[in-house]
Amino acid sequence: MALTEDKGERHPRAPLAPWLRGTLVTLGSISVTMLGLLLVTFVIGRVMPIDPVLAIVGERASQSTYDAVYEQLGLDKPIIVQFLYYLGDVVRGDFGMSLLNARPVSEDIARVFPATLELATLGTLIGVFLGVPLGVIAAVRRGSWIDQIARVVALVGYSMPIFWLGLMGLLIFYGILGWVGGPGRLDIFYQDIVPSRTGMILLDSAIAGEWGVFRNAFSHIVLPASLLGYYSLAYISRMTRSFMLEQMSAEYVTTARVKGMSERAVIWGHAFKNIRVQLITVIALSYANLLEGSVLTEIIFSWPGIGSYITTALLSADMNAVLGGTVVIGLIFICLNIFSDLLYKVFDPRSK
Amino acid sequence: MTLLDVQDLWVKFPTRQGIFEAVRGVSFTLGKERLGIVGESGSGKSMTGRAILRLIRPPGIVEADHVALEGTDLLGLSEKQMRKVRGERISMVMQDPKFSLNPVMRVGDQIMEAYLLHNQVGKAEARAKSLEMLQAVSIRDPERVMRAYPHEMSGGMGQRIMIAMMLIPNPQILIADEPTSALDVSVQRQVLNIMDDLVKQRGMGLIFISHDLNLVSEFCDRVLIMYAGRIVETCAADRLHEAQHPYTRGLLNSLPRLDQPRRKLDVLTRDPAWAEVPSVGGKA
Repeated sequence: MALTEDKGERHPRAPLAPWLRGTLVTLGSISVTMLGLLLVTFVIGRVMPIDPVLAIVGERASQSTYDAVYEQLGLDKPIIVQFLYYLGDVVRGDFGMSLLNARPVSEDIARVFPATLELATLGTLIGVFLGVPLGVIAAVRRGSWIDQIARVVALVGYSMPIFWLGLMGLLIFYGILGWVGGPGRLDIFYQDIVPSRTGMILLDSAIAGEWGVFRNAFSHIVLPASLLGYYSLAYISRMTRSFMLEQMSAEYVTTARVKGMSERAVIWGHAFKNIRVQLITVIALSYANLLEGSVLTEIIFSWPGIGSYITTALLSADMNAVLGGTVVIGLIFICLNIFSDLLYKVFDPRSK
Repeated sequence: MTLLDVQDLWVKFPTRQGIFEAVRGVSFTLGKERLGIVGESGSGKSMTGRAILRLIRPPGIVEADHVALEGTDLLGLSEKQMRKVRGERISMVMQDPKFSLNPVMRVGDQIMEAYLLHNQVGKAEARAKSLEMLQAVSIRDPERVMRAYPHEMSGGMGQRIMIAMMLIPNPQILIADEPTSALDVSVQRQVLNIMDDLVKQRGMGLIFISHDLNLVSEFCDRVLIMYAGRIVETCAADRLHEAQHPYTRGLLNSLPRLDQPRRKLDVLTRDPAWAEVPSVGGKA
């Protein structure tokens, strides 16, 4: 008895507010995940049979130059100390110098990432705005011709190699028909007109009111974005269909019909509300996949994004750039996950 | 006065093994009374209720000479006309409120929606009406319940909410499809009493579908006994114990009774011939 009273007096701390607790837990889980990611990338950087010193000084450097750089990079310290240095640098946003162009990797990433973000965002928008309604209609009219078409569309999306579709797209819509702009983000004529604010040319040109640039940028992005959009549509529409099929056989759907609601209101007003949470996960995953996995598309369309940046870095043994790029992509995955967790709470009252 | 007149109702489902007949030529009428439909699972009692509301989705097929609501054949109506019948004239309470309420919508929104669909009024009026209706089903704190989500409600409360929601447009007929089967025994009677009172007050017709003979004989005026998609017997609810059909007798004998204790309860033995006998007319 006395003991509990004593404890109560010594800790007059009020319990944390739920929202504060939630935020702390989230931040904690981010830091743990990030730490794991950094550890893995660090270890990969060290076990690769690439000598970072040699890559900087070249093969003809004297032993003293070699040793100086060796020390400068901190390679003489114990590995755990090296990791702490690496950690400290990354926290400050410093991924080291690119061995290829001797510029900070963080600057490079800040330049190439918006290009990927622009492409992946447009691709995801296409995938969501076409894929979700297609999936819903396929589920509601199960077995109809529209369901069959949706099935074939998704199957083709799953199974066609993206580089082949990309090349065919370029050949037909750029080479033969001339409907779209070719590779790259802009024609040479339009380059460097608009000051870079966000790094996303569509946004920058819209902000600057340069509609000619906007049109040109759009004609360049529309083909690769549609291609990525098609892939995300294939996935999103299939998942939407199976989520909706499950909901349409639920009893509350019958309740809504008994009330005398129209079929459209039953579908969008009742059933669709119940798949939003699952759908968010699917869309977030597909978005993250496009941000990270559009390497082939970027290479075919000479898109100066993070995918082609990492690929080039990897092929020229520029480990700092590879690791920096990997960490950034990992961070995006984590952020999208947290974002979808937050939306869960908004859309599903049961998760509160 | 006859509210509903069902003549020769069939419900069929095409399957790989041929056509499955869930309901096979059922005829009955419903006035301002409480009609019980009893039978084991698979006897077609739920399908009968759903066929009246035309809730059987393709590939299911509903055929009948007529399903007439005050003289209008429901099977001849367009889907749009049928929507005016659902909720507004015939309504239905289903088995388990855990599944029959939309989990991501507030209770209040779901009740108001039922009222707003059939009444051209503002939100404030619909809200007032919903609160009134929640009070009518003995919910103590209707303001709080309006804001709550279905998962925050107990089963008994959920089913009372369901009843409020289905009665708010003031229908003439309520189909209660096993309304208490998912509920705890202790709240079954409470929920049934509330439903019973409302149905009597409003002079509605009630179709009470259940497998529970005791509940049906207590809360109904007339009983139809269904077996294998047909009506095998019909009688007044208070004369259920005098039922003649061997199936009904078998069901009654397999119930434990306090006043006639037995060491071993009878087991129902089914005669395949029961399924072949034509349906008995269920007209009052």
